[in-house]
Amino acid sequence: MELIFEKSMEGRQQSILPACDVPIYLPSQTRETLPKLPQLTENELSRHYTALAKRTFGVNDGFYPLGSCTMKYNPKINDEMASLPGFASIHPLQPAHTVEGCLEVMTLAQQFLAEITGMDGVTLQPAAGAHGEFTGMMLIKAYHESRGDDKRKKIIVPDSAHGTNPASATMAGFEVVNIPSAGDGCVDLDALRRVCQDDTAGLMLTNPNTLGLFDPHILEITRIVHDAGGICYYDGANLNAIMGIVRPGDMGFDCVHVNLHKSFSTPHGGGGPGSGPVGCKAFLQPFLPNSIVEQEKRANQDLSIGKVRSFYGNFLVIVRALTYMLTLGREGIPAVAYHAVLHANYMMAQLKEMFPVAYDRPCMHEFVLDLSSIKQKTGVSALDVAKGLQDVGIHPPTMYFPLIVQEALMVEPTETESKETMDEAVEAFKKVYETIQKEPHLLRQAPYKGVISRPDEVTAARKPRIHYFYDK
Amino acid sequence: MHYPEQLKYVKTHEWIRFLDETTAQIGITDYAQDTLGDLVFVNLPEEGDEVTAGEAFGDVESVKAASDVISPVSGRVKSVNIELADNPGAINEDAYGAWFITVDNITDTDELFDAEAYAALVEEEKSRT
Repeated sequence: MELIFEKSMEGRQQSILPACDVPIYLPSQTRETLPKLPQLTENELSRHYTALAKRTFGVNDGFYPLGSCTMKYNPKINDEMASLPGFASIHPLQPAHTVEGCLEVMTLAQQFLAEITGMDGVTLQPAAGAHGEFTGMMLIKAYHESRGDDKRKKIIVPDSAHGTNPASATMAGFEVVNIPSAGDGCVDLDALRRVCQDDTAGLMLTNPNTLGLFDPHILEITRIVHDAGGICYYDGANLNAIMGIVRPGDMGFDCVHVNLHKSFSTPHGGGGPGSGPVGCKAFLQPFLPNSIVEQEKRANQDLSIGKVRSFYGNFLVIVRALTYMLTLGREGIPAVAYHAVLHANYMMAQLKEMFPVAYDRPCMHEFVLDLSSIKQKTGVSALDVAKGLQDVGIHPPTMYFPLIVQEALMVEPTETESKETMDEAVEAFKKVYETIQKEPHLLRQAPYKGVISRPDEVTAARKPRIHYFYDK
Repeated sequence: MHYPEQLKYVKTHEWIRFLDETTAQIGITDYAQDTLGDLVFVNLPEEGDEVTAGEAFGDVESVKAASDVISPVSGRVKSVNIELADNPGAINEDAYGAWFITVDNITDTDELFDAEAYAALVEEEKSRT
């Protein structure tokens, strides 16, 4: 397929801007040569992007069981609400009395998210999950510092954690202490007790964990951390499994982020944009960014960690998430979690006949297959199976995560798929499984039906070609 | 999977080949390369850098994951196998030929295992996962 630069024709243009009717002011530092932008008509441009879109795969194309990402269907009513002019055509510096509706949207979203997570205050600023984690880490840091407790420099992270956890803690200036998981895939309580000391700033944890298992010792875990003077941070990436049923706040967590682009059905991937609101208990509230819609001005505003993003975050994503919450209501939110867990167990029960599960017990919203034994016997790796699944029409599951499972495939069907879709997906897995048994070598080269065949990842990483030169 | 007798190993899956008492080559083991899968990137220190036993001196990236490479010894980087940067696949082909760095002025070492003890360690790790 031609690049947009290759389609460019000197002199082609589109007249979408009206003639300028105000005096033209050019700053003194104007460039001497025009940038070499592609020149196309609107028609050509539109076809180019449509052609690109046809080569992608999204939730609107088919089953997308990307574990840990909660690729649920995004209801169209969300977009309809977000395109209302009263939401879409505003400016963040407009006088407050002209955007009362928008303030109400944010207030409600804050309230609902606080209720679902069991927190007291919420900031809508963070623009992604990892950004939320970083914000949470900054809150924890500010809290300890405000008490003059400057020994607390360490954040405990289990080895099964999302990679963003240690990254966010490090970005916030903490030292990360990694603890190994116990034999059942959950937190090793003894290992946790050993590292919980007076230099512990806090713990980052997701529950259910990245194996899709609910940690039954969660109350004990948060108590151990609290007893040592640490703060418990909940990574909300897996909230879809529990929302409306149990609350991180009731598990003993003090601070949490929520991925609106996962559990709350806003666009995910392709730039989203994402949104990762952060909730916290009352004792952390003074440290939240000040851009919060509140009835009364907060006391101690100078304790705030400051802004983590401009204005109020990705506002139109908040509109979509609020639409989703209002559509579901108090009964619908827990129904999401029930069905997400039911669907994952339905698929796991069938797939484990072919592919061993890493931890064989009822799962929450996702589960992890371990293909180590298959790789040993047949040479077919998790990567090969992921590529092979593309040929049978489904998006591959997450692969090689969590890191504690060697040949991991992590499957998360989400609640928005029908039984028929899941049955078809199981059939697709079965086809790949049969190929492994009969002609395993075929999978080494898969996919065969894609727009491109297996990419040479080493060359792509070593010698990426990401420039276009007109003269070549 | 093999672990040559003449090398020493550490539990973070690096091997060490002593050239004399205070000079040694360092690389990652066959088990490490096999677990990581096809390597696409290697980040190496520079000659003259100090390395510390138990701390990272570089990192490797595969199609699966990025991972620190931990130094089994404290000392000074005498030379760097710069060819690995252009051909990280060499580590997958021959983990014990593909040395990362040579360290001299070695003052301290981490807990070292011989081939047999290291093989047992790997088996234990495999059975855990």
